[in-house]
Amino acid sequence: MNKWEDNKAWFMVIPVFLVVAVSAIIPLMTVVNYSIQDIFGPGQRVFVGFEWYKEALTDPRLHAALYRQLLFSSLVLLIEIPLGIAIALMMPKKGWGASLSLVLVALPLLIPWNVIGTIWIIFMRPDIGLLGAAINGFGIPFDHTSSGLDAWITVMMMEVWHWTPLVVLLAYAGLQAIPEAYFQAARIDGASGWAIFRYIQLPKMRGVLIIAILLRFMDSFLIYAEPFVLTGGGPGNSTTFLSIYLVKLAVGQFDLGPAAAFSIIYFLIVLLFCWLFYQVLLKVGTGDKS
Amino acid sequence: MARIDLKNLAHSYLPNPATAADYALRKTDHIWEDGSAYALLGPSGCGKTTLLNIISGLLKPSEGQVLFDGKDVTAIPPQERNIAQVFQFPVIYDTMSVFDNLAFPLRNRKIPETDIRKRVEEIAEMLELQDVLQKRAANLSADAKQKISLGRGLVRSDVAAILFDEPLTVIDPHLKLLLRRKLKQIHSRFKLTMVYVTHDQLEALTFAEKVVVMNEGEVLQIGTPQDLFENPQHTFVGYFIGSPGMNFLPCTLQKGIAHVGELQIRVNDATEHQLGNCELGIRPEFLKLHDKPQPETHKVTIKEIEDLGNCKIVRAQLAGHSLKIKVPEGEEIPIEYGYLGFPPEWIRLYSDGRLIESSSYNPAQQEPEK
Repeated sequence: MNKWEDNKAWFMVIPVFLVVAVSAIIPLMTVVNYSIQDIFGPGQRVFVGFEWYKEALTDPRLHAALYRQLLFSSLVLLIEIPLGIAIALMMPKKGWGASLSLVLVALPLLIPWNVIGTIWIIFMRPDIGLLGAAINGFGIPFDHTSSGLDAWITVMMMEVWHWTPLVVLLAYAGLQAIPEAYFQAARIDGASGWAIFRYIQLPKMRGVLIIAILLRFMDSFLIYAEPFVLTGGGPGNSTTFLSIYLVKLAVGQFDLGPAAAFSIIYFLIVLLFCWLFYQVLLKVGTGDKS
Repeated sequence: MARIDLKNLAHSYLPNPATAADYALRKTDHIWEDGSAYALLGPSGCGKTTLLNIISGLLKPSEGQVLFDGKDVTAIPPQERNIAQVFQFPVIYDTMSVFDNLAFPLRNRKIPETDIRKRVEEIAEMLELQDVLQKRAANLSADAKQKISLGRGLVRSDVAAILFDEPLTVIDPHLKLLLRRKLKQIHSRFKLTMVYVTHDQLEALTFAEKVVVMNEGEVLQIGTPQDLFENPQHTFVGYFIGSPGMNFLPCTLQKGIAHVGELQIRVNDATEHQLGNCELGIRPEFLKLHDKPQPETHKVTIKEIEDLGNCKIVRAQLAGHSLKIKVPEGEEIPIEYGYLGFPPEWIRLYSDGRLIESSSYNPAQQEPEK
């Protein structure tokens, strides 16, 4: 067989390549194109090289948003993963209780994102909101429209309420897949409840937890709807996360060039973090020391 | 080490069992002698695993008692019963090293670390795991993992019995032999009571001193491999043990003669009165195939010959019934028609599936009519 024959298989890839090109690569290239030009209007554009990248990377507001974002995502992971595992462990393993609890747990996942924002705005209102008014009734001033901390707490509660169920579902599936013999052997070996969790359940959930951590990290890093609906990134800049800032830049100020450069930086940051997480998580619990 | 007594033991997975069919394990009374190796043999779903889990305490029987050395342990949880159980699929703690796996049951029982080290090394040496002690258990082959789960049982010095639930299912055929030999070595060294569940008769017969044959939740016969072969107490045992299994012909009994349709076959049976609805059982090994008519032979049609290398299995037709005959290699097999002899000393008679005692093997009949 000659070289031509050997490489013929590449033609088979063309349809997929076309689909990916139209759906992902071409839009992405448009953004790359914007990010290196200054656009004044249709047909009026100037090549500016890496100017916008420099501007974005030295923008103190972007730095602030990035730190805020990292803190937010870390807190999300620290709360949602252990909480999700704990709930999954408490759920019944079989019978009607299992189906019922699965449906109840999954409910928040079925609600549109902006509706969740609206629900929580009303729920947390200091004057009429069930929780907001109750907290104020105890003498603790709570108002997410005036206090940055209160806004943070509200967004965090929304996020945890909305997305912990996903972690629960994944962890529950992981737990259900453990063969009964493991628990029987552990009983015979005299293992305590903690030892069963530590040496059987947690290691067996490893695969699904990697997925859960990656998904929750990515999603929370891209959070937009909840803080947007709640306060639009305020009060002040207290809940201006990366995507809120990006939209302010692109839509609010119509700075397409800097916004495009920012988008690409944003994309690369997410990609980098996911890659790092993945590399670390793959080695956790496998005894691979390298 | 312990003697295990089962008293009126029965188990049903249903809350209110009514008929015998509702029981996964029907009423059983049995003693497992201290230091013996038993095999629990039966087809899938016959209640072997249920019985095993009751002995280990993983399952609480709905009726009856389990006694270890005379002490009632029915209500005692598995970790306090001092038994070890090896499961069908190797159960190991993935994140631990082999050493930690073996030490796990001891650490759970708060035994001093120096004793643990000594004990683990001793067991590892016996199971030939000493080279991989520091390796992670998850990265080992299936047979090594199965040795680890066995080792976790053996490591406890107070272990009373080891229960095996089809432990060789996932092991490669060439390693099965080695592992089975290892089990026998361990048995002869520690003199532990061993109960081995399997549906493979070869495994059961080679492993155990006594084989317990079960079917549909019922213990049908307990005996040495020879017993099971020569004197099956139940038609199921005759059919299940041996390859191929026992031949059965429906018959009517009268004064030492079994009437199979028109045929009359002489049997050792003392019953005087007529007995209908019986079955005549004989092993393929004991049927004699001749090429010429002889006294007390019956004409059969040869249907099929299967050559197994060390013997031939002949399928023959007798009065509308199919029979299998095992013929040693090198013996001539008649073409088309043959004449079949039924040695009376090897004929067993069954009524309602159970052996009619008077027809069973009796040393006095060992040399018949000489």
